[in-house]
Amino acid sequence: MKLLKFLTIFFFLFNFSFLNAQSENESNKITKNLRCLICQGQSIYDSDSEFANSLKILVKEKLEEGLNEKQIYDFLKDKYGEWILYDPEFNKNTYFLWLLPIFIFLLGGAIIFKLFIFRKK
Amino acid sequence: MKSKILPIILFVIFITVFFIFYKGLQNSNIYIPENNIEKKIPSFEVKNFASNKIENSDQIFEHNKFYLFNIWASWCVPCREEHKYLMKLSKENKIQLIGINYKDKYRNAKNFLDELNNPYDKIYTDEDGTISIEWGAYGVPESFLIYNRKIIKKIIGPINKKSLLEIKDIIK
Repeated sequence: MKLLKFLTIFFFLFNFSFLNAQSENESNKITKNLRCLICQGQSIYDSDSEFANSLKILVKEKLEEGLNEKQIYDFLKDKYGEWILYDPEFNKNTYFLWLLPIFIFLLGGAIIFKLFIFRKK
Repeated sequence: MKSKILPIILFVIFITVFFIFYKGLQNSNIYIPENNIEKKIPSFEVKNFASNKIENSDQIFEHNKFYLFNIWASWCVPCREEHKYLMKLSKENKIQLIGINYKDKYRNAKNFLDELNNPYDKIYTDEDGTISIEWGAYGVPESFLIYNRKIIKKIIGPINKKSLLEIKDIIK
């Protein structure tokens, strides 16, 4: 009987800490992708400013309310604009940014292909 | 002929990319928030500074009335600078001043108001700073001019002579 009690308590404790760790991971992941707007070059996760600390609390609250990662990003984008996100979304202002590396990569590949492979043949 | 096309294409691409980045260099890399955006006020619940009662945003802001939502703290030095302008504004009867005490101790905030007088019609507390985030604020002091439950003007930093005149001009 004692063993059963012990196991039940152990099971609950283990589960709770597992849940906590999961939401902690989620909130860390989100705050790492948020830019601290009042401190240059730092994420919300890294910064210890008043603004960043409040935002960390808010992200945790929103996760507890049941919002997912994207909903939290949308909420903050509505308040502070897209600048708060480190990962810029794909839209008409950023398509050049997203497509340029792929284009340069393909162009480089084409040059290599033309210079070395065709020439050998 | 064929061998000339590739260098020309490469040259054109290089020039285009160069100019885009060169132009980008001249852009300001300091983030400037928008000040004049008509946005609806967020809905939130907040604790009253004096009575500790929870009130919601619908109770605080009525239609067809001007409100100045001012975020302040006793530890914030620029808040002392703007206080005299808030006192001037409190004499206007067309506008109501709502204060949000940001991450502050009750005693310090009360001492601050006892020392410099209280310009606010209502004061609420934001203990962990989350209400200010709901408003899209960056820190203290920050003020929002509200009409018809819409933010019509945002003042980041302390209110000065110029912004006081602007507010007076709007509420005329």
